[in-house]
Amino acid sequence: MAPPAQSQRSPSPSQPSGVLIMVNSKSEVSDLKLQLRQLAGSRAPGVDDSKRELFKKVISYMTIGIDVSSLFGEMVMCSATSDIVLKKMCYLYVGNYAKVNPDLALLTINFLQRDCRDEDPMIRGLALRSLCSLRVANLVEYLVGPLGSGLKDSNSYVRMVAVMGVLKLYHISASTCIDADFPSILKHLMLHDSDTQVVANCLSALQEIWSAEASTSEEASREREALISKPVIYYLLNRIKEFSEWAQCLVLELVTKYVPSDSSEIFDIMNLLEDRLQHANGAVVLATIRVFLQLTLSMTDVHQQVYERIKAPLLTLVSSGSPEQSYAVLSHLHLLVMRAPYVFSSDYKHFYCQYNEPSYVKRLKLEMLTAVANESNTYEIVTELCEYAANVDIPIARESIRAVGKIALQQYDVNAIVDRLLQFLEMEKDYVTAEALVLVKDLLRKYPQWSHDCIAVVGNISSKNVQEPKAKAALIWMLGEYSQDMQDAPYVLESLVENWDEEHSAEVRLHLLTAVMKCFFKRPPETQSALGAALAAGIADFHQDVHDRALFYYRILRYNVSVAERVVNPPKQAVSVFADTQSSEIKDRIFDEFNSLSVLYQKVTTSFSQPFVLLCVTQIIKESRLTDIHKYLQPSYMFTDKEHRGPLEFADELGNLSIGEAANNVVPTQMVEENDKDLLLTTSEKEETKGSRNNGSAYIVPYDGSSTSVFASQTQIESAVSNPTLAGHSPQASFAIDDLLGLGIPAAPAVPSPPQLKLNTKAALDPSTFQQKWRQLPVALSQEISVSPQGVAALTAPQALLRHMQSHSIHCIASGGQSPNFKFFFFAQKFEESSNYLVECVINTSSAKAQVKIKADDQNTSQDFSTLFESALSKFGTS
Amino acid sequence: MISQFFVLSQRGDNIVFRDYRGEVAKGSAEIFFRKVKFWKEDGQEEAPPVFNVDGVNYFHVKVVGLLFVATTRVNVSPSLVLELLQRIARVIKDYLGVLSEDSLRKNFVLVYELLDEVIDFGYMQTTSTEVLKSYIFNEPIVVDAARLQPLGPAAIFMQGTKRMPGTAITKSVVANEPGGRKREEIFVDIIEKISVTFSSSGYILTSEIDGTIQMKSYLTGNPEIRLALNEDLSIGRGGELANDYRSSYGSGAVILYDCNFHESVHLDSFDMDRTLALVPPDGEFPVMNYRMTQEFKPPFHINCLIEEAGHIKAEVILKVRAEFPSNITANTVVLEMPLPKYTTRASFELEPGVTGQRTDFKGANKKLEWDLEKFVGGVEHTLRAKLTFSQELHANITKEAGPVSMTFAIPMYNVSRLQVKYLQIAKKSSSYNPYRWVRYVTQANSYN
Repeated sequence: MAPPAQSQRSPSPSQPSGVLIMVNSKSEVSDLKLQLRQLAGSRAPGVDDSKRELFKKVISYMTIGIDVSSLFGEMVMCSATSDIVLKKMCYLYVGNYAKVNPDLALLTINFLQRDCRDEDPMIRGLALRSLCSLRVANLVEYLVGPLGSGLKDSNSYVRMVAVMGVLKLYHISASTCIDADFPSILKHLMLHDSDTQVVANCLSALQEIWSAEASTSEEASREREALISKPVIYYLLNRIKEFSEWAQCLVLELVTKYVPSDSSEIFDIMNLLEDRLQHANGAVVLATIRVFLQLTLSMTDVHQQVYERIKAPLLTLVSSGSPEQSYAVLSHLHLLVMRAPYVFSSDYKHFYCQYNEPSYVKRLKLEMLTAVANESNTYEIVTELCEYAANVDIPIARESIRAVGKIALQQYDVNAIVDRLLQFLEMEKDYVTAEALVLVKDLLRKYPQWSHDCIAVVGNISSKNVQEPKAKAALIWMLGEYSQDMQDAPYVLESLVENWDEEHSAEVRLHLLTAVMKCFFKRPPETQSALGAALAAGIADFHQDVHDRALFYYRILRYNVSVAERVVNPPKQAVSVFADTQSSEIKDRIFDEFNSLSVLYQKVTTSFSQPFVLLCVTQIIKESRLTDIHKYLQPSYMFTDKEHRGPLEFADELGNLSIGEAANNVVPTQMVEENDKDLLLTTSEKEETKGSRNNGSAYIVPYDGSSTSVFASQTQIESAVSNPTLAGHSPQASFAIDDLLGLGIPAAPAVPSPPQLKLNTKAALDPSTFQQKWRQLPVALSQEISVSPQGVAALTAPQALLRHMQSHSIHCIASGGQSPNFKFFFFAQKFEESSNYLVECVINTSSAKAQVKIKADDQNTSQDFSTLFESALSKFGTS
Repeated sequence: MISQFFVLSQRGDNIVFRDYRGEVAKGSAEIFFRKVKFWKEDGQEEAPPVFNVDGVNYFHVKVVGLLFVATTRVNVSPSLVLELLQRIARVIKDYLGVLSEDSLRKNFVLVYELLDEVIDFGYMQTTSTEVLKSYIFNEPIVVDAARLQPLGPAAIFMQGTKRMPGTAITKSVVANEPGGRKREEIFVDIIEKISVTFSSSGYILTSEIDGTIQMKSYLTGNPEIRLALNEDLSIGRGGELANDYRSSYGSGAVILYDCNFHESVHLDSFDMDRTLALVPPDGEFPVMNYRMTQEFKPPFHINCLIEEAGHIKAEVILKVRAEFPSNITANTVVLEMPLPKYTTRASFELEPGVTGQRTDFKGANKKLEWDLEKFVGGVEHTLRAKLTFSQELHANITKEAGPVSMTFAIPMYNVSRLQVKYLQIAKKSSSYNPYRWVRYVTQANSYN
């Protein structure tokens, strides 16, 4: 008995109202004390009735959280009575306060022990239960005797209580319990007692005790194994109908762990339990189903038959009973439907939602409807789902629309679904429009052939009516992707760009950039100014990703428009498969834990199914909350988290789970990106990109070639870049774009610090000596250097470079070539020495790279010179 | 195995709190209530019956506005615990006659006594009112049941719990009648809940009956009872019991898709003559739950017409016809219909001279409500509603309005035609009054 006395008072002891109650109750408690004292010794007729009234008062105080422990002595004194109602109330009181007042508890031992020998079995049982419920460690010595005789009592009620008493004793002092050899007495009782509740309690107690002992004692683990041995299982199964429904669940749970030796045994058990499927108690039915499913796991045909067999009882359970019970059953049905949708495909009408069902039920049903959709029922299911879209329950309406989309992506009868989706768009409810837009986008990615129908409708949607970031992003994506089919796409995009600052979602701004780019390649004259504005706004954006992407687009446009087009607007490939939400392995593991909380949470507990090891569930929950957080975190963080986690076996599994979910969130986006080849980087890659960006290479953000397929597009650029013949673009053209967009690049590229090599500022070398030396000397170093965009721009006048290099004491002896390739020969002399450095430098303006060959009299310093040269060259155009 | 059990009022007060194993911190009730109350910030969604906070699993069921909660740290069978909570509520009701916050508070000592016997150290012992009787010694303090309606067909509909039927009989199984001697009584309710969905053209899309035969016995000496059902009753879709499958649907055979039985029911002769033999335990329990997917004649036919009347006006005409015999009357009939969200005003026009009907336009959630106290069989009622909108009409007004949903109860009528042919009590002496109530609750969704 534990009314939350402490918890209710302690948090607010300082609150005035709390104090007030305390003061009042204090006087009342002392009043009670007085009255109890008067009654304690009284033998007057009717005294029991007055005692009852007083006891009731005491207990009611106790329940509402007033501390009445000060009455302990008086209560015990008054309990010397034959009135069983009084005794019960007294036991209740004692049980509540004994733990916090161990000294007072000692007072009660005496009368409880005496009551344990009472001639009324009820009183014996009650006293024994109270005795064991005191939970005071230093009183265990008083328990052993009464428990021992209780287990042998002729009355089954006393035995039943005594068995649970043994378990309580075990929790107070395991060693006392084991030393008194109680487990083996329980085992004997379990196999021989005539009362089934005694048997059931023995089973519960033994399972708990042996599971806890098994880690330290081999004998205990052997005993635990013995519980699921054939004789025990058969003994229990044969009596199963005598057990109470709760005890039946217990037995069935045990049977689940039993491994029959052959298939005839399996059929025997199943035949024996067949009628349990018709039980009105859902717990019994589910436990039976679990046995059936487990037994037949390896027998595919029978397993299938089991599905057919359990279908009807499950559906009946769903529709009888309270909504809560339905929910528990429905969760299990959900699991089965997900495992074998085809078995339930004709029962889809059972998964229709009723308008008054709670949303947690509707959500499960929607998922089931999605799962069971096939060629024959898609039309009906989608019709039904469409009705939910107008649901007053907005989250459910949204999910219904998503469900329609999922079914569409599953492949069946797309024709009908597309029509429906388009009707959603016309419904003019903002959330419906929003969800439908996202879906239409996904649909077009899988079925581009529908673009014509969809675009016609999408084009009518005013972007002003779409506020949700995801929907807005989807709309913008379509505007970009199908700009050639939508009359006013450039103008819509333009107005969106104009309101750049009011757009709070980075996702939308990213999509807007890409869409404007796409539109530009399809309808350049109409989009030109919007593109300029978008890139300018993008580069000035505070958001790192937006900024990066804008810069990238700008640079690739500068570099080569046709390359840019191939990068941003490649031919589309339809997405064929979308990622699954949960790995089948996890589904299997949840299935193994059928009829447990795992099914409701849709999370795995642990593979070691010890129901009494308490930490497991605690952990799951921690895990599951982490999982939620993980959804919004980058995958890389998840691994770190996982490493911090303890060595618990399941930590690993759950780690996987959370990754699975996160991946689920990430993957679809990844798909778009990959498919679009438009360089939307997923979070983890951005990390890398950012990292390398800071390394300061000037033009193209370098990519780590070792990365995933997302980089296909980058590789493409690089190949384009490294092959100058492909790039038929003049620096003038790039410049023109720069002018067109009206941009200057403010950021100066990072420059390596110049090394300690000093050059002669007034070096001189005549051309013939240069030629001679060039022929004689081997190439000391050959490298590629990036040239800043400004540098490339400045190269329109090669003289500028010569002057620039001269200011770094590197002199030009010859130059030539024309756009895009310029060739220069430089030389330099070491300060106060006659050691010469000769350089051949070929600059390609379209790739913004310089191929440099260095020859030196003093080979040892050629590296230093190279660094110096690179530094000088990279500063070109910025100073 | 559960750790704690408690009952909270709607305001979150502890009415009963019992800690069985001391594994879960005492503040769990507060944590639970806060979580349930603020499940989602917008308050739109209900908390699921099972959730987990910091490693503690909380199970709850709602019964007559009270929250029955169990906690545990172990991964148990959720059905087991939810089933148990429901059962505890039923046992308490059996004892107290009326389950309410008031009756619980007045009888908490008795409730504790019950809880001690139902669960020991977290393990279920027994939930049988019958068995518990011998352990329980407190007398229930019966709360004033006077404000509850006297027994009668209407009374069973007073408390509108959808799935926990039989709330009508507010008599404790142990308390004595004021007159002293206990009355020998047994109640059998056949309660059918039907769900029908119509398409806009009036065609039935889905129809299902979830039925239960509920029994509440006040018989002393626990005599055996035989309950005979329709002889032509068959179970399963013609597959398993092919020999009983006499004829086609048209001939009136009652075909149950599936059913389950209470554990006290012996089905020895069920296959032969469709009788259920049982020794009814004390208290209320479902003898049998069944489900029918067979087509049946829906008791009401709804017709909804929306006509535009100008740019910012429209008229809704709702017609409902009762398709059951005229000697039967449905009561507490409510029709609801969501209207377009830009509806500003609705004026109603009922048929001239009708009484007991009430109409309302709920401005907050833009809903039309039409209550009919009584609905006599065979009659048709019409409601005209003139709507005024704040903006010009869009093309598709029908998309914005509806679906019409309807709730009602029809006593002494069941659609499935499942019947209790006779109720035989194997006890010679003492007169008994086997009341038979047939309750019938329906919900219907109609789409236009």
